[in-house]
Amino acid sequence: MLHDDVIRVLHINLTSGESRVERRADLFQDYLGGTGVAMRLLDELVHADRDPLDPAQPVIMAIGPLTTIYPVVTKAVATFRSPLTGEYGESHAGGQFASALRYAGYDALVITGAAERLVYLLIDGENVEIRPAEALAGMNVIETGRVIRDRIEGAGHRSIIRIGPAGEMRPGCSAVRYANVNVDTFRHFGRLGLGAVFGSKNLKAIAVIGQQHLDLPKDSRAYKKLYAEVYDRVLHTDAMKKYHELGTPANILPLNELGALPTYNVRQGFFGEADQISGEAFAENELITKRACAGCQIGCIHVALYRRPFAPGWEYESTLVAYDHELVYAVGSLLGVGDRRDVLRLIEDIDKAGMDTISCGTALAWATEALERSIIEPEQFDGIDLRWGDAERYAQGIAAIARGESEVARWLGQGEVQAARHFGGAEFVAAVGGQGVAGYWTGYAHVLGHLLGARHSHLDNAGYAIDQKLEAYTDDAIIDRIITDEGERIVQTSVAICLFARGVYDLETISRALDSVGIQRSAEQLQAMGERIYWERVRLRERLGFEARLEDIPERFFETPTPRGQLEPDRVSNMLEIYQARRAAAGPAQ
Amino acid sequence: MPKILTAPRMARCIGCDSCMLACARMIYKSFSPHKSAIQIRSRGGVMGRMVANICTACAEPVPCVEVCPTDALTTRDGGRGMVYRKAECISCHKCVEACPVQVIGWDEEEDKPIVCIFCGQCVRFCPHDCLEMVEVE
Repeated sequence: MLHDDVIRVLHINLTSGESRVERRADLFQDYLGGTGVAMRLLDELVHADRDPLDPAQPVIMAIGPLTTIYPVVTKAVATFRSPLTGEYGESHAGGQFASALRYAGYDALVITGAAERLVYLLIDGENVEIRPAEALAGMNVIETGRVIRDRIEGAGHRSIIRIGPAGEMRPGCSAVRYANVNVDTFRHFGRLGLGAVFGSKNLKAIAVIGQQHLDLPKDSRAYKKLYAEVYDRVLHTDAMKKYHELGTPANILPLNELGALPTYNVRQGFFGEADQISGEAFAENELITKRACAGCQIGCIHVALYRRPFAPGWEYESTLVAYDHELVYAVGSLLGVGDRRDVLRLIEDIDKAGMDTISCGTALAWATEALERSIIEPEQFDGIDLRWGDAERYAQGIAAIARGESEVARWLGQGEVQAARHFGGAEFVAAVGGQGVAGYWTGYAHVLGHLLGARHSHLDNAGYAIDQKLEAYTDDAIIDRIITDEGERIVQTSVAICLFARGVYDLETISRALDSVGIQRSAEQLQAMGERIYWERVRLRERLGFEARLEDIPERFFETPTPRGQLEPDRVSNMLEIYQARRAAAGPAQ
Repeated sequence: MPKILTAPRMARCIGCDSCMLACARMIYKSFSPHKSAIQIRSRGGVMGRMVANICTACAEPVPCVEVCPTDALTTRDGGRGMVYRKAECISCHKCVEACPVQVIGWDEEEDKPIVCIFCGQCVRFCPHDCLEMVEVE
């Protein structure tokens, strides 16, 4: 909390309907915000002996000390026990949520218990209300946002985060375990199934209204000066250029040229139709505007016009769809879909149902191959026979998974790893450690990064970038780079910056920014705090079942060549050993 | 020639709040974007268009100046818009009601109006060149 060295935690119990505010000086002192605070609160409140969807399990969300008041500090960090992996879940989202929470006067939210019927939460500064949402049951995320927005029209900064039908508890079927939480239409708490946790609490949405006034420090010269400096670095240097121009899909063509674009369920690293779904092709043909999260001048959200005829006589319908590299990969190259309108259609369908696009894409990719090999049959899957590149059938598959009625659809809603455990075909899941992988096929660091990290595509390390940039590509050097990334990123995510600005916010800059608003932390202290949070998170993850095991990497990943050659299990094992030895030698700090 | 604030290129707006944060930070000594004389809103949600609620710098007779019972608001030299003197303000709210485009906000903590002073800080911190200070006759 600015001007007050505490973390203000809003606790809401959906079973009792009670809420209270707790002031935690220790959290501010030792964890600062974001990842640190959210991890620590989860550590205190999670039940290691209970199912991830047990009502007693908590959902935690935390912002950082610089949220909104410095450029590109836009993220809220959610922690929970993942219903997809059963392990530690951490997911970050932009949009207006972090900003609305800041001006509502809270640094963290803790939600426990479950409502008897479907509800949404309204947090309007001090006023916290639990409101009925039964009328919103089964409603997609776009309509849910619209209905609630109409109800809470008025002044102040607002954000509405919500789940779609895929996350809801419905009679006779279980929630999709990679259901996500939509944030203000274009952003998401995407990975690891936070939407299903919301559903298990009968929580359809949270609306936050923030109107609190926060004074600048008495002497604000240093703050204004550094704000302008960071602003100019964000906008007028190359530090963030890529995210602003073509956005993340700028990766499609260069990755494809390298042979590093996962295609046909990672059977190959290049896609013949990549030029059709490249960032350039989308920008030239479908991009109509860009949008930003509150307090970010970059505006990486690339919004496409998805326009299609629906009847003869020049009848068209149009909707707006935000696209990103990971989405274009997950429903494009990974499924062999090389038509931009098809890609937008599938992104929109998955998004409206409230599912994580990467996980849905990897589940569909596994299912396509499993159908090819007759491991599963169309009769078990609503009669659907998926085919590479056939968007109509994929759209049917998406709808079937969201409905969760047929046997295969239900298993696919548990994720391809669980489905393969049931039907067979574990050797060709495009997943590491229980979760579908991000859109890179670059080499060892990418796969190891997934295995070691908190299982979010880019959260703890940029393995894909290490693979592409590292010159002396030795086991030691790869692990060094992963550990360096981890050390810096855990501080950055505890301040809750957007990691797209990681090049702007080195520890020295973070230290100066904190100092300008009256929070004293040297770069060395931040580094030490990061190390401590890292180890506490390791212990928490282990308590929830994490272990970095070679067996959690599918055989497929040792068959398909990467730009760094075919991966060898022995080398992966060796790197895991180096990692553990290196980490153990440096810590754990007690 | 006096300069006034205009928002001629709002179709480029990405909704980043940077201009509001700049006005709050540089003029109203606040971290809070609602303490800003420029307010960006989306019409029709984020899928709609972005609009800027800004002072249009009315020509004489300037409505907010007309209703001001003290010398807190006076017509600027050149006759477009107003000059605000906080020390003279008696917090009567009349300017807020008189504003024909409803862009005079209210600072609840200070109990004073939030008015544009035509300083151009929001223009400096707009990343997409949506805003512009324009000289008027």
